[in-house]
Amino acid sequence: MRILIELSYLIASVLFIFGIKNLSSPKTARKGNFLAALGMFIAIIVTLFDQHVLTFEWIIIGFVIGGTTGVLMAIKTPMTGMPQMVGLLNGFGGGASLLVALSEYYKMKNFTTWTFNDATNITIVLSLIIGAVTLTGSLIAFGKLQGIVTGKVVKYPGQHPLNVILFVGLIAAGVFFVIDPTLETLVIAIAAVSLVLGVLLVLPIGGADMPVAISLLNSYSGLAAASTGFVLQNNQLIIAGALVGASGIILTMIMCKGMNRSLLNVVMGGWENAGSTGPATTTTSPKGQVKSVDSEELAMIFDAAENIIIVPGYGMAVAQAQHAVRDLVNLLEAKGKKVRFAIHPVAGRMPGHMNVLLAEAQISYDKMLSMEEINDDFPNTDISLIIGANDVVNPAARNDKNSPIYGMPILNVDYSKTVVINKRSMNVGYAGIENELFFYPNSLMYFGDAKDAVAKLTQELKNV
Amino acid sequence: MESIGLIMLLYVFVLAIFVGFELITKVPPTLHTPLMSGSNAISGITIVGAILSAGLEEFTISTILGLIAMIFATINVVGGFLVTDRMLKMFKKK
Repeated sequence: MRILIELSYLIASVLFIFGIKNLSSPKTARKGNFLAALGMFIAIIVTLFDQHVLTFEWIIIGFVIGGTTGVLMAIKTPMTGMPQMVGLLNGFGGGASLLVALSEYYKMKNFTTWTFNDATNITIVLSLIIGAVTLTGSLIAFGKLQGIVTGKVVKYPGQHPLNVILFVGLIAAGVFFVIDPTLETLVIAIAAVSLVLGVLLVLPIGGADMPVAISLLNSYSGLAAASTGFVLQNNQLIIAGALVGASGIILTMIMCKGMNRSLLNVVMGGWENAGSTGPATTTTSPKGQVKSVDSEELAMIFDAAENIIIVPGYGMAVAQAQHAVRDLVNLLEAKGKKVRFAIHPVAGRMPGHMNVLLAEAQISYDKMLSMEEINDDFPNTDISLIIGANDVVNPAARNDKNSPIYGMPILNVDYSKTVVINKRSMNVGYAGIENELFFYPNSLMYFGDAKDAVAKLTQELKNV
Repeated sequence: MESIGLIMLLYVFVLAIFVGFELITKVPPTLHTPLMSGSNAISGITIVGAILSAGLEEFTISTILGLIAMIFATINVVGGFLVTDRMLKMFKKK
């Protein structure tokens, strides 16, 4: 029986690998997700045949409650709520690892079948820490994305020393636990301090840095599963956890590169004046005349254009403007114009956030291009329409060595013949700096809520 | 568990990370959100540990912890795979 169970775990691991492999193209991605789910199903079924699994009522109760909640969450959550949902799911994964590690600890304490030894003690400590940090860190990330917890950068005196003290304390407690695992208070203390640490690590991270935080927590949730695998000496958990851990790390690196910042810089709480929404304070702030257009005038400009690139940002998600954008694109295409989307890696609140919203509005995925794919095309573009994006199109990242975002890769919208910027007001972006693009001679400001403004433009364009 | 057993597990872990790196770098940016939610569902594999705790013959604190872990992990697995499928269904080429 033992051999059969282990072989089934191996099959499940292979299915996970094939599942992720199929995610390399939108054509096969759905099949990939199905293969991974099948792998999970096999793993769950064979575990029920484990020699230590003898009562089933709690398993069934847990499955019914968790299953119903999971189905409801998956069906009810709107696409705009995806970052929150992923954040929350990360947390549940971490929470499960924390609880399993605690449960295993009490098994060793209460039963003679399981005994303590150095190797298991180490893995239990790691599992407790990673699981707990993932749990509360993800809950804070969820709160920030949902608007329950402030999305601003939180800084307080003694922040970094406090984290260091807690971390050193954890290591010390861990060492004591490995030496004497019978000390129950140590286990509780390790779990409790780790829960606090999770809160403190994510709280300082600002809203626009969420793509990094969510990716990092995704990686933690994988590492948490892998650490549980070490506790249970189960290769399947280790493999699955390692795959997810690697995925999260890669996404984190892509996000950091997209902002030209180190992971440390993001985790420490971001740009100097990040999160401020007042007028810009930089001394190099550009001066000049801002030209604004109304929908009627803009419709005429669009009617004359042939090649158009739309740059969506978080503002499009907030205004839920994706469907209005789709209507505009359809009309422009009906008029024989070429319309494409340029998506910056850190646009939105999580990796791929814009793509999901556009896909929801039934926009074909081959029109969504990444920064590398489309950045050279801007000089041959008649209009770049920016909807709710700011810092990712700020030319200061290229020109101004004193700018906090200097060096960050940006979409070269300013190279196109006309740049149309849809914004609600002249407020600064997340980095807290003014955007010199707004003052460029080829720039036109089109003020208004993204959804209304785009709908109005579509309406006017119909009348041209 | 002997320390040598721990080393064998570490081997599997390190090699799987390399496999993960190879696979994930080939996922296009357009699918990064489904990649996160899908890999998230995979990390719900902790459900295996939850079952092993919730299904113990004797009812102890381990069972209670196992039951809560079971709920958490099931939400992660079921919610994760379903929502990923919901998203991937929308990605169409016209």
